Amino acid sequence: MGKVFRFHKDVDTDQIIASQYLLYPTVDEMKVHAFESLDANFASEVKPGDFVVADDNFGCGSSREQAPAVLKALGVRAVLAPSFARIFYRNCINIGLPAIVCDGLYAAVETGDEITLDMEKGTVTAKGRTFPCTKLPVHLQKILDQGGLISSLDNPEA
Amino acid sequence: MGMTIAEKIIARAAGLETVHAGEIHTVALDYLMSNDGTTHLTIDMYNKLKNPRIADKEKLVWIVDHNVPCDSPKTAGSQKKMRDFARENGILFYEGEGVCHQVMLEKHVVPGQLIFGADSHTCAYGALGAFGTGVGCTDYLYGMVTGGSWVLVPETLRFNLTGKLADRVTARDLILTIIGMIGANGANYHAMEFVGDGMKNLTMSDRISICNLCVEAGAKTALMEVDDITLAYLKEHGDRKPAACFKSDEDAVFEKVYDIDMSTIVPVVAKPHFVDNLAPVDDVKGVKINEAFLGSCNNGRIEDLRLGASIIKGRKVADKVRFLVVPASREVYLDALREGLLDIFMEAGAMVMNPNCSVCWGSCQGVIGAGEVLISTGTRNFKGRAGDKNSFVYLGSAATVTASAIAGEIVSPYTY
Repeated sequence: MGKVFRFHKDVDTDQIIASQYLLYPTVDEMKVHAFESLDANFASEVKPGDFVVADDNFGCGSSREQAPAVLKALGVRAVLAPSFARIFYRNCINIGLPAIVCDGLYAAVETGDEITLDMEKGTVTAKGRTFPCTKLPVHLQKILDQGGLISSLDNPEA
Repeated sequence: MGMTIAEKIIARAAGLETVHAGEIHTVALDYLMSNDGTTHLTIDMYNKLKNPRIADKEKLVWIVDHNVPCDSPKTAGSQKKMRDFARENGILFYEGEGVCHQVMLEKHVVPGQLIFGADSHTCAYGALGAFGTGVGCTDYLYGMVTGGSWVLVPETLRFNLTGKLADRVTARDLILTIIGMIGANGANYHAMEFVGDGMKNLTMSDRISICNLCVEAGAKTALMEVDDITLAYLKEHGDRKPAACFKSDEDAVFEKVYDIDMSTIVPVVAKPHFVDNLAPVDDVKGVKINEAFLGSCNNGRIEDLRLGASIIKGRKVADKVRFLVVPASREVYLDALREGLLDIFMEAGAMVMNPNCSVCWGSCQGVIGAGEVLISTGTRNFKGRAGDKNSFVYLGSAATVTASAIAGEIVSPYTY
């Protein structure tokens, strides 16, 4: 169970983390600025296990991996949207942040609602309703299962 | 079933006879380009590996272009990390040479290659018939360590271009119009392929401008066929030879084919805060501006500076308007210097800056304040992209931007 932070369609990675913070030495120094332009309280209010829910084309624009990285560093459990921009999606899987394609959820929830994600079953439950999620292709699920792409470099047999 | 250009390049990189859209393949990469936007994080991850190693340092190109010259002690630390690592590991390194994509196109990319760049606008390399795609630093590191990666073979949207752009209508107006037509995710996960009789009327600069912006429609890559214009560019830039020249087969499968008569394209702008928020310039005439920007990997080439200079020659930048002119590379800067273009801009009251990403990336040079309006040849107009989160960016062509800098408000490129 985690709280929803809801965003609109076409949220670009500049909104997730703005350019002026990208060259900070570490992701931990950047993360307090996550979603600064859209929700100034996001970084202070989000708790480990919470969810980001958005409309179509979430994460469009820049390839900055700092975007999913700050969300992961803040403890976001998963990002759920009807569709994702491809570089953001790939970056999420690579760093081990579940990016879940889920139709219908965006229209059904508001910021502050509690939802439950069951990745094994591929479902999200919100307000007593259950929404099916698209399961990852096997290749991508394997990357996510082993904790991201880099762990495969350290554990080539995994 | 035939193959598209995208499928042929991936087949080559995968060492396979054929591949088709929807398949996932393991590929060898020809180049891995990274810039100062993320490389410091790549290095941190590299140093944490149990067995850090570089598969082939000859494939790596590192370019400092986003915050250059450096603007803060924190940035200096991140760039020093990159510079030191490049030196210690023998990685080709550029600093102050220009915007990464322009440098790659001038010096390295050849047709047929598959290239990962840790920057979304890597799709620009399609102008030379290469498959360039943007990745994050984890993908980059994986490629750096293994020399390869995995790719999902994309479906292709084909754009059949005919006719010729009208005077003062540019390739940028064309690609902005296409993005407005298909939307900000209209090409998500897809390759965008540009072909047709009209290609002969597009210069290499035009072609780079078109391919470069395709990521703003979500495209994985953009691709064009190799022709005499491509080969002449390669010859003039280091006499480079293609790795392979591909065309889509007659029976290749395209998800959709669009026919576009370029003579129907009019000057357009993308309004805040989305690249697909398109309008004819005439619809936003009169919007007051505080700053104008002529530069970036999208529109900072010599052809763009010639166009801007031809409009502003003998005229002045409007009172209390900043006009930043930023050649996309050292080569462009030197050409502009020799042609007397920089004199024209400086005499008009513009600020001519060193080659870099400048205000297009909104963190270093020329950022704008709350409530301010920028008209830009940069790549994006997202909220806060050029500075304060409550500022406004309009995207237009070199002609529209220059004319607006003179007028102090958005005007038609035909005004002067």
